[in-house]
Amino acid sequence: MKASLSWLRDLVALPSDIGLIRDTLDDLGLVVEGIEEVGAGLSDVVAVRVDEIHSIEGADRIRRVIVDAGNGPLQIVCGAMNFEVGNYVPLAPVGAVLPGDFAIAERKMKGITSYGMLCSGRELGIGDDHAGLLILDSHPGVAPGVALTELLGIEQDFIFDISPEGNRPDAWSMLGIARDLASRFTADVVDPASGLEVDGGQSTASAAIAAAELCGALDVLEISGVRVGDSPRWLQRRLEQAGMRAVNNVVDASNYVMLERGQPTHPYDAALVAGQHLGVRQARNGEVLKTLDGAERTLGQPGRGLGDTGVDCVIVDGNDTVIGLAGIMGGESSEIRESTSNVLLELAFFDPMTIARTSKRLGLRSEASHRFERGVHFQGRREAAARFVALLRETCPDLRVVAHHEAHGVLPVLPTIVLKASDVLALLGTEIALEECARYLEAINCTVVHAGDQLEVSIPSSRLDIRHSALGRADLIEEIARLYSYRRLLRRTPTWAAPGGLSSRQQTRRLVRSIALGLGWSEAWTASLISEEDHALTHAGEPVIRINNPLASEESIFRSSALVGLVRAWLRNADRGFANEAIFEIGVVAQHPDVAPTPRVARGGEAGATTLQLPHEREVVTAVLGRDGDDAQSAVASWSVIADRLALLEVEVRDGVAPLGWHPTRYADLVDVATSAVAGRVGEVDPALLELLGSQQFSGRRLGLIELDFSVFVEPIKILRRDVKTPVPSRFPSANFDLALVTPTSVSALRLRSALRVASDAVESVELFDVYQGAGLASDVRSLTYAIRLSREDGTLSEEAILAARTALLEAAMQLGATLR
Amino acid sequence: MNSPLDQLESLVAEAIANAESTVSAEELRQAEPLLIGKRSPFVNLQKTLGGLEPEERKSAGAKLQDARRRVEEVFAARLTILEAAEKSARYEVDRLVLGDVVASRVQLPLSAGHPGVVALTQQSLEDVFVGMGFTVAEGPEIETDWYNFEALNIPPAHPARGMWDTFYLDLGEPETVLLRTHTSPTQIHLMEAAVAAGTLPIHAVMPGRCFRRDTPDARHLAAFHQIEGLVVDRGITFADLAGVIETFTKAYFGPDIASRLRPAYFPFTEPSAEFEITCTICRGAGCRTCSHTGWIELGGCGMVDPAVFAAVGIDPDEFSGFAFGFGIDRCAQMRHQIADMRALTDNDIRFLRQFS
Repeated sequence: MKASLSWLRDLVALPSDIGLIRDTLDDLGLVVEGIEEVGAGLSDVVAVRVDEIHSIEGADRIRRVIVDAGNGPLQIVCGAMNFEVGNYVPLAPVGAVLPGDFAIAERKMKGITSYGMLCSGRELGIGDDHAGLLILDSHPGVAPGVALTELLGIEQDFIFDISPEGNRPDAWSMLGIARDLASRFTADVVDPASGLEVDGGQSTASAAIAAAELCGALDVLEISGVRVGDSPRWLQRRLEQAGMRAVNNVVDASNYVMLERGQPTHPYDAALVAGQHLGVRQARNGEVLKTLDGAERTLGQPGRGLGDTGVDCVIVDGNDTVIGLAGIMGGESSEIRESTSNVLLELAFFDPMTIARTSKRLGLRSEASHRFERGVHFQGRREAAARFVALLRETCPDLRVVAHHEAHGVLPVLPTIVLKASDVLALLGTEIALEECARYLEAINCTVVHAGDQLEVSIPSSRLDIRHSALGRADLIEEIARLYSYRRLLRRTPTWAAPGGLSSRQQTRRLVRSIALGLGWSEAWTASLISEEDHALTHAGEPVIRINNPLASEESIFRSSALVGLVRAWLRNADRGFANEAIFEIGVVAQHPDVAPTPRVARGGEAGATTLQLPHEREVVTAVLGRDGDDAQSAVASWSVIADRLALLEVEVRDGVAPLGWHPTRYADLVDVATSAVAGRVGEVDPALLELLGSQQFSGRRLGLIELDFSVFVEPIKILRRDVKTPVPSRFPSANFDLALVTPTSVSALRLRSALRVASDAVESVELFDVYQGAGLASDVRSLTYAIRLSREDGTLSEEAILAARTALLEAAMQLGATLR
Repeated sequence: MNSPLDQLESLVAEAIANAESTVSAEELRQAEPLLIGKRSPFVNLQKTLGGLEPEERKSAGAKLQDARRRVEEVFAARLTILEAAEKSARYEVDRLVLGDVVASRVQLPLSAGHPGVVALTQQSLEDVFVGMGFTVAEGPEIETDWYNFEALNIPPAHPARGMWDTFYLDLGEPETVLLRTHTSPTQIHLMEAAVAAGTLPIHAVMPGRCFRRDTPDARHLAAFHQIEGLVVDRGITFADLAGVIETFTKAYFGPDIASRLRPAYFPFTEPSAEFEITCTICRGAGCRTCSHTGWIELGGCGMVDPAVFAAVGIDPDEFSGFAFGFGIDRCAQMRHQIADMRALTDNDIRFLRQFS
């Protein structure tokens, strides 16, 4: 909403300090996005007559022009071509400073001195036309040397670009903004509207509502004696400053009323409306309307939007033919034209939700729809009509209001809300006297009745955002707080007994992050939305979680894995010359509900009445290890550090079938021995994937890969951790020896280690330190060498005890088919 | 007269036998011109068809095509088999039993790891709030319209839904499954759970990734991170909200940074406010970043709307509450003076290395 200071000043007395007004608007919740100063820097600009035009040798883009500025001929070099001898144009003489701090000085071009600049509308900040000079011939009183500000009636002004909040239908009007300011500056609002007077005459028009739920009220003002022409200059300027285009006096008056009062109106050429009848009904499925913008709109068809059953409200003529899209845009057929002399003015209240749905489905927004979908001030229809008449009369002295027709539908019931001072205190924590509350509410046109220790507040239709009963009470208290000023409200830092803290998930995440950083990995954040092609690189054939309305096809799928994104991130760095890097990401991936083992279920749909199957989200840690020396082995070693730091009891690095994207023969699942929960995967990036990602330079590079499923580590526990009981190591010397065991390949090193650890009470630790496979051994076995450490809590182990333990260890090994090498 | 196609079957048999006898994909590819390509017998035979009667030519041509197709099929199948075998042989050479990797003998490369600036910022924000007595909760990134909108007092087709440009998923009825546009749905989950378990009050912050259908620029990303706060307790007022915002502002940004509130609109809070803090660039003196106002917008807040309490079944006569939320990335951008937000998702190692 663009509000000029001069217009606001017409409605309410304001201080001179622009900064104060801006700050006040901000504090009232009427956020000022910017302030534009207009008419500044034009004081030196004068009208001049073009007397001669000469070409300049060697230049075809500029010409030498001799102008008369009222005090003799002046030579100007000019690049514009849209004028001829005899035209009047604006001149910024040497020494003038144009808007944007553009200082005019003497300039020499092609050896010719220019004593000033002839200007376009845009250079002067008074129009968008940049095509050529502003031609002033048609302005009455134009003569050489006349000041431009005088000629055009330009005054210095400030335009506030205000962005009203969604719950402020009133703020989409100058009067609404003025009312807020009036409350702050204890001034009165001057409403220029008078009562509507009907002149009478032979009435031929009529109005009817056939869809009472869609249209609460339809007034048709029957007007004769209209002569279509230009609006007064001041009115045109106000529309232009508000960002609208001046069209003709009828349309301009309608737009002016909308800006001033927030009530959109629509003027029809009565001669073009069959039967001089305006009706409102619901559009039939498939009806077509050609709107003012020239587009053909098919109406009444259900949309994709939730709950959009295709209800469109339309304006029809006496033949029941659709001539306008109610509250959004009129049709071409009954537009005001030069020959229009009788006008039907439509003033209505349309159901906000219907307008919102239609506007969204058709992708058609207008100044009118914007206001109707927020709810217009239906109580102010007569004043709006009167204002339209008064404005149009300025250019149409013969105008007559022949009749005022009214049709009625179902209007919203306006709430009456009971408010106590204690309600205000309970919500705001600041005590505001009931009298003061009443003053604020009256300032926004509420009707307030004092009844003992409470107020009975009747809400005006200018504030359809204010709800009924307890909800409306909260809305009213917000209004009180707003007009009282949020900045003046008290502050208190609350305390409560419950301690703060991180959940176990968050603590674990932080721990994993710190371990990853300690391992020398840097943290990345790759996109959650990826292309279908990238999805297929790791999940070919699996259904995708598709975005219906993506910004780009490369971001149309919610990822099921971070692998490709992370490999791409590594490759991008490598291509820049930073290949010696390991990167990781902690983030959410998801699986389509059709394939997820446990799809999430949640309520959704209208009123949350439907049970929806949702993708299964998992938080995963993914790491791509690409430093010199990184590979599947460094990934396994890194995993062992993580497992140790997370105090995991026994997770096996177990052979498994590599998923897509992983190197098929350098891969293992990470499986909890006790619970069989899969903690993640470890291995290498499939070299084929690197090739598919188009990496030439790094196609042979081994990239270690780890993916951990975070949910496994946190409540509910699916993976066993070391006992909380912490044994104190023996203070006595331990007995240490190695056992090299020829073990079938089917028995994992971890399984054998577990068996050895429980083989005897004397075992303190068992650690694998060598694996040998090859010469001297059959192909289905390998030699695993463990460092054994035996000890006793209460003394040194005897030779016998050591021997017994060794025997027990060997027996445990033999149980698994392993023999001493 | 003999048909030129008399020997077709034996030629096909011979070509198939030749293709089947190749032992490498390379050998097979080299044989391609002879088997089915330019130098294959099919090409020569095709030339001889010209001398036949039209009818005869048609049927002979079809026969020839069929023969050629059969050889092509064998060729393709053989190539697939050979390539797969070669690939699998390459992988076989590469095979490593990861269960037998002796971790203690692997030399891990030494390098310094750097945390992501968003994660770093999130942690320090969490720490400030934990110090103020908040717990930290989290919720899913994929939500239903109920949690993201309707329970937050934004019914279907309500113009307020236009405040959030939403990515909808191709699941369920149109516009029912979506990527959350804010962390506020986590509030609903939290309140529902607390009501079900009888564990009110709530004092929690909720960080997380959100999505909006915005074209990324220097200040916005389509995916971004928010932290949301919710207090539901007895006797909570707007004064408590303003106090918490002020305490947080000073704790996180420094004692010389203040906060202030101005009216705003959010469907899920009433009264609602936008909160601004002293511009961290000019410290309130006025600069380009703050449009010479000395203040910059940080986030939104307000008292929980009674309609939201109704949606989750909390008695508004017993409990009241407030909520607030703001961007984590934006805090990161402010604190580290990062000119362009897009650097956060570029993952350029030269950028990452600057954080510790």
